[in-house]
Amino acid sequence: MIDLLLDIGTWILLIAGSILLLITGLGLLRLPDLYTRIHAGGMADTLATFLIFVGLSLQSGFSLVTVKLLLVIVFVFFTSPVSSYALAQGSFVAGLKPKLDGFSEEEEE
Amino acid sequence: MAYTNNDHQTCQIRTAETKVAVGADDGDTQDLLRTISLFLVLMAVWLLLSGHYTPLITGFGIVSCLLSALIAYRMDVIDRESHPIHLGPRIIFYWGWLMAEIYKANLDVAKCILFPKKHLRPSMFTEKVTQKSDLGKVIYANSITLTPGTVTVDLDGDIVMVHALTKASADGVKSGDMDRRVTAVMEEA
Repeated sequence: MIDLLLDIGTWILLIAGSILLLITGLGLLRLPDLYTRIHAGGMADTLATFLIFVGLSLQSGFSLVTVKLLLVIVFVFFTSPVSSYALAQGSFVAGLKPKLDGFSEEEEE
Repeated sequence: MAYTNNDHQTCQIRTAETKVAVGADDGDTQDLLRTISLFLVLMAVWLLLSGHYTPLITGFGIVSCLLSALIAYRMDVIDRESHPIHLGPRIIFYWGWLMAEIYKANLDVAKCILFPKKHLRPSMFTEKVTQKSDLGKVIYANSITLTPGTVTVDLDGDIVMVHALTKASADGVKSGDMDRRVTAVMEEA
């Protein structure tokens, strides 16, 4: 019974994480410039990682593997903003201007 | 040649004095406390990651953790920034709040990607930060970047430049809620 509940929990978490990753991929193709695409990548770094690794840790039972899986989440959460910042700062210093106008609904008509 | 050498030495002595003056207000007890805390953290990580609990291997673990903590103490690299025990349990509560914010922001960005015409309103703006220490500013800037929909592009002095994906995410940073919480965690109000 408990096994079945854990399996269902893992399914839900993994599917939710995978859907978020799919939307991330879609965003990387669809959004207009580098700065907006960084935001899409941020989803894969945060909630998608969290959901998938929590889902996997439900399968590992209560063991050292669980601790290692949770540590992966911690390390990703500490390092991913640094890489996002490095990318954004690098492009800004290099002189890439963000695309800011032409997004209101009247202009889209 | 000798003159330049001498000059260099005086300069070095002056740097050493400044360092002592800066370190003085922190206190030796705090340093020792941090070294003990570092040893406990190293030991906990070692026990959780190794999985070998024979006396010989565990003994090696204890010795290597002790040695690392001792070397770090001798090198004087365990300071308020590298091992911030003074933040205490407040940072844990902050992480809990930040997780809830990340969850909400993820749904926001997902909506924006699926319906870009309705939600996509990129903007770039600057905002003042109220934290005084570098550690506080880094925690705040990284929290902004960690929340999808807002990315820190530049942090200079006490001005942070933020790129936001939607109007809602821009308003989230402009309201200053996160800024206040980080300042409260750092006790720099």
